[in-house]
Amino acid sequence: MAAEFVIEGLKATIEGKEILKGFNLQMKGGEVHAIMGPNGTGKSTLASSLMGHPKYEVTEGTVTLEGEDVLEMAVDERARAGLFLAMQYPSEIAGVTNSDFLRSAINARREEGSEISLIKFIRQMEGKMKELEMNPEFMHRYLNEGFSGGEKKRNEILQMMLLEPKIVILDEIDSGLDIDALRVVAQGVNAMRSEDRGFLVITHYQRLLNYIKPDFVHIMMQGRIVKSGGPELAERLEAEGYEWVKEELGIEDETVGQEA
Amino acid sequence: MMTQTILPVDAGRLSELSLRSGEPEWLKESRLKALELAAELELPKLEKTRIERWNIHQYGSYKESAAIAALNEAPSSIAAIVGSAEEGSLIIQRNSGAVYTRLAPELAEQGVIFTDLQTAVKEHGELVQRYLHTAVKPEEHSVAALHAALWNGGVFLYIPKNVVVETPVQAVFLTDDAEAAFAPHVLIVADSNSSVTYVDNYVSGKNDAGLHNGAVEVFVGAGAKVRFATVHQFGADTTDVTYRRAIVENDGTVEWIVGEMNDGDTASDTKSVLKGSGASSDAKVIAVGSGSQKLNYTTQAQHFGKNTPSNMITRAVMRESATSIINGITKIEKGATRADGQQTEKVLMLSPKARGDANPILLIDEDDVTAGHAASVGQVNPEQIYYLMSRGISRADAERLVIYGFLAPVVSQIPLEGLREQLKSLVERKLGQ
Ligand SMILES: Nc1ncnc2c1ncn2[C@@H]1O[C@H](COP(=O)(O)OP(=O)(O)O)[C@@H](O)[C@H]1O
Ligand SMILES: [Mg+2]
Repeated sequence: MAAEFVIEGLKATIEGKEILKGFNLQMKGGEVHAIMGPNGTGKSTLASSLMGHPKYEVTEGTVTLEGEDVLEMAVDERARAGLFLAMQYPSEIAGVTNSDFLRSAINARREEGSEISLIKFIRQMEGKMKELEMNPEFMHRYLNEGFSGGEKKRNEILQMMLLEPKIVILDEIDSGLDIDALRVVAQGVNAMRSEDRGFLVITHYQRLLNYIKPDFVHIMMQGRIVKSGGPELAERLEAEGYEWVKEELGIEDETVGQEA
Repeated sequence: MMTQTILPVDAGRLSELSLRSGEPEWLKESRLKALELAAELELPKLEKTRIERWNIHQYGSYKESAAIAALNEAPSSIAAIVGSAEEGSLIIQRNSGAVYTRLAPELAEQGVIFTDLQTAVKEHGELVQRYLHTAVKPEEHSVAALHAALWNGGVFLYIPKNVVVETPVQAVFLTDDAEAAFAPHVLIVADSNSSVTYVDNYVSGKNDAGLHNGAVEVFVGAGAKVRFATVHQFGADTTDVTYRRAIVENDGTVEWIVGEMNDGDTASDTKSVLKGSGASSDAKVIAVGSGSQKLNYTTQAQHFGKNTPSNMITRAVMRESATSIINGITKIEKGATRADGQQTEKVLMLSPKARGDANPILLIDEDDVTAGHAASVGQVNPEQIYYLMSRGISRADAERLVIYGFLAPVVSQIPLEGLREQLKSLVERKLGQ
């Protein structure tokens, strides 16, 4: 099945501290899953572990994309297999222009000798930047260097649009965005929705989900999913906050790391 | 501790050589006096560098070089560099002497002099004598003294008043015979309000160890502009010790672009003396060290004139077990009011065995000035590599992007496209790609 992505019993540690404590999720092409949860509940850890950040160590569990073992793959192989993570805090890299970077990323997916032509690449990049209402000069700026928070987020979406991944993970793509920017970014995401592509949208505000309509909503606490439902779950969180979930499940401290 | 300088030649042999090549008396005297000095002086004191342990004694002896009639006869090791310079102005020195000299006729008509220095001392003796060894002085240390005693071949470039030379003037220095002395001296005199770009390349092609003891002197007249670009790409066979100095008069400008791409031990010192008011200097140094190279790069700006800006940037990438000491010295003398001295030294280390040391020094004897420095030594940031790889870029390509990115802000400022491209490919070669 297209873009089938399965996470089973995932546990991960950072600096010896266990953050993910048995995370399960199944998704496939065409679906949008939202992961919601207060700060410190392990959402970014999940995203980083899936992408293969060297600081995070996966201690248990499996992750497969279309049947392939993701955890066996190096970071770049995961990306080329179709995984994309729009990061909460993208790196700044001086001296590397946005366009050189993106062209390298596109060519990394192509056979030697069939690299994208410069003119075709420029045209694509300009087109997508226009959709995201980005100033064309950002093409030649150094990667994320001196970008505002919102500009960095748009740049993450730009990369997603050009790389056409199978599974897109958006980590707090809404943070630091004003309403106009949020609308533009969401439009970019919605334009990429298709039967062959799944989305995992991480956020702690329901606001984003007014623009990117999820099919499933999962609440994350203490490093795992504690409750799942449909879009109505997000609306209830918007109206009532997270307290009722904690009460219902008997959770006192929803964050990870404090308890043994 | 006094170290006795081992003289590669005795006074008798030196005067005989000078006489044989028809040099004027003053030059013979200057060489002999420098040789005496060399015996007394110590080696240069280089910060955290034990130059006395380097292979710096292989001077070889003076050997005549056979001239070449046309560029297609140039040795293959420099064929790519001299390439299509048929039309321009070019001097090639091979080992101890010039083998090819061409001055574009339109420059000759304007009174530009461009010849090897050994010829210039005979044809333009007075002009040369006025400047020779007055910027890099034989009194400084034994290496400078030996250079003044033994220099050979070399370049003399004179730009008359108000003459603006548009196309770069070029020189190539090749050492491919370890027995032949190789100590070119580059002397550039730009008269008032003139302008010139000079580009040279240093290349080696031999198996046995040898030394390049080089000196560059640039005299920038009032309102004149000299852009001096140099690329050193000696192989591991050659130890390179090079002193470069510019003396800049009122409102003159010197711009240094230095590519340190040698494979052997290297000490270089590039200094601008901003003598006149409004004089300015800009120095960019790009370096890549590999293998077990020992490297010591110094840039200096000395401000005497009022309203004198200087800027110095060195960016160095060190791989394998290369060691680099990078010094920046900004000296503002009393009376140099409203001088502005800025410098940045950055080292990127690619392996745990590579070493880099950046030493920015500001010496300021005047109150009414601005000055600043920044220095950093660091490794490739793993977060950046992760970010690039998360977009599908392989680790090797990600590292390459970050390394070029480190050098790019300086390389991209180099105003000569050919040189920019040449440096990029040399960087690639040095990085083993
Ligand atoms: N680099 C790190 N070093 C140590 N602890 C970390 C690090 N990153 C995250 N943590 C810990 O992991 C927990 C979950 O963090 P994170 O995954 O960023 O949560 P969220 O994205 O849900 O806000 C936090 O308690 C935090 O202290
Ligand atoms: Mg987070």
